Amino acid sequence: MRLTCPLCGPRDRREFYYYGSEDYLNRPGPDAPPEAWDAYLHLRDNPAGITRDLWYHETGCTSWLKVSRNTVTHEILSVELIAPLAPTATPRRRAAP
Amino acid sequence: MRYSGWKVITEGLFGNRGWTPAWRDPAPKAQYDAIIIGGGGHGLATAFYLAKNHGLTNIAVLEKGYLGSGNIGRNTTIVRANYFLPGNSEFYSHSLKLWEGMEAELNYNVMHSQRGLINLFHSDGQRDAFVRRGNAMINQSDDAILLDRDGVREHLPYLDFEQTRFPIYGGLLHSRGGSARHDAVAWGYARGADQRGVDLIQNCEVTGIDIENGRVTGVQTTRGAIKAAKVGIIVAGRSGQVAAMAGMRLPIESHILQAFVSEGLKPVINHVISFGMGHFYISQSDKGGLVFGGDLDFYASYASRGNLPMVEHVMEAGMTLMPMIGRAKVLRSWGGIMDMTPDGSPIIDRTHIDGLFIDCGWNYGGFKAVPASGWCMAHLMATGQSHETARRFRLDRFATGHLLDEEGTGSQHNLH
Repeated sequence: MRLTCPLCGPRDRREFYYYGSEDYLNRPGPDAPPEAWDAYLHLRDNPAGITRDLWYHETGCTSWLKVSRNTVTHEILSVELIAPLAPTATPRRRAAP
Repeated sequence: MRYSGWKVITEGLFGNRGWTPAWRDPAPKAQYDAIIIGGGGHGLATAFYLAKNHGLTNIAVLEKGYLGSGNIGRNTTIVRANYFLPGNSEFYSHSLKLWEGMEAELNYNVMHSQRGLINLFHSDGQRDAFVRRGNAMINQSDDAILLDRDGVREHLPYLDFEQTRFPIYGGLLHSRGGSARHDAVAWGYARGADQRGVDLIQNCEVTGIDIENGRVTGVQTTRGAIKAAKVGIIVAGRSGQVAAMAGMRLPIESHILQAFVSEGLKPVINHVISFGMGHFYISQSDKGGLVFGGDLDFYASYASRGNLPMVEHVMEAGMTLMPMIGRAKVLRSWGGIMDMTPDGSPIIDRTHIDGLFIDCGWNYGGFKAVPASGWCMAHLMATGQSHETARRFRLDRFATGHLLDEEGTGSQHNLH
């Protein structure tokens, strides 16, 4: 499995740390009931098919990435930066589309 | 038909013409008292104990493939009761006792071999933790013996004790631990359930769960609708999809776990050896193959196959621990779909839908739990009450904070 980091290009899976489902992006507000926190932390759709999850380019550019992939075939469909780059930042290298 | 040594001899003398199929192949009826979704080890054991312990025989096991075609048909077959958390300890102790009586109970040779399990430790701190674990096991009336380095050497002289990264300080010997023939466990429970009248229905995929006014009324399948007032979901890695049919989201993420078998070798490894620091464990099957594995690939997957980095990691760990296996050729590898919970412990509980029960979240340790899981799930489905050894395997424990984090690594997906 290889992921194409938007900043670094195609890289070996070992450079990345898998964090979990994109549910982690939807953090409940401070006033949310306990059920919302349970759902956020624990409950998962756990799809057999297309999933979107968070990966960290640990030994590369240290970006957090949202990866769309197929859990049945291991096909990687897209890799995007979770936080947009700051306007002044210039990526070292962009991946081929 | 009752199996015996005498039966084998007489059948051998008369051309083996007297053997009959071990179970029937019935068509599904329109209605049952209870339905088990999933014909794997846990599902078949549940059906067996529903019939045997609770007299519930008008039940069906629905299996989308063939019986035992999931993780019970491909695993590393370790049987042990070396847990220490209250909640886990009594459950796995119960399971090991059921293992010890399983062959007599089922009249089936599951090749259960209590060859001893040795968990290695590599530091003073780890030794302390293992002393504590061993004491917990003894308090639970199971067995544990702390071995120092020379003690381990007596059992496992071929290990590399001086390896620089993880020199071996000793090990915890669990003499009643061991292994068994995984398929035979499924077949034995299937045959026992069938003999008591349970319908084992293969090639029957559940496509929907019927719910009326908060009560389960039956299931939709590829072989028609089947009514039942009680339905048990026991589908391991596929729990998320089946629970979704009942509108539920589970605290489960399905991950891949790889394992490997070498070519057949003469007997060389007598024990089950666990090298936790290297994420490696190994035993030798009765056919001679070295059966070994490591940790998860650590990403959600249903691919039933893993990636090469973990293959390399497992091979490196094996070579670190026992360089003697370096010349053995790997015959095959596979990846199982593991229903991982945030705290690494299982769930045997009712759901918010009346009559709908779930047994899932076995992580990468479901094999040893097969008999007790079946026993406790049957108890729950028959009586409506959790069995005393499975009370803490609650579905809502992540919401309430009553966690069972045996490993002590936290309660969040991807940590176990």
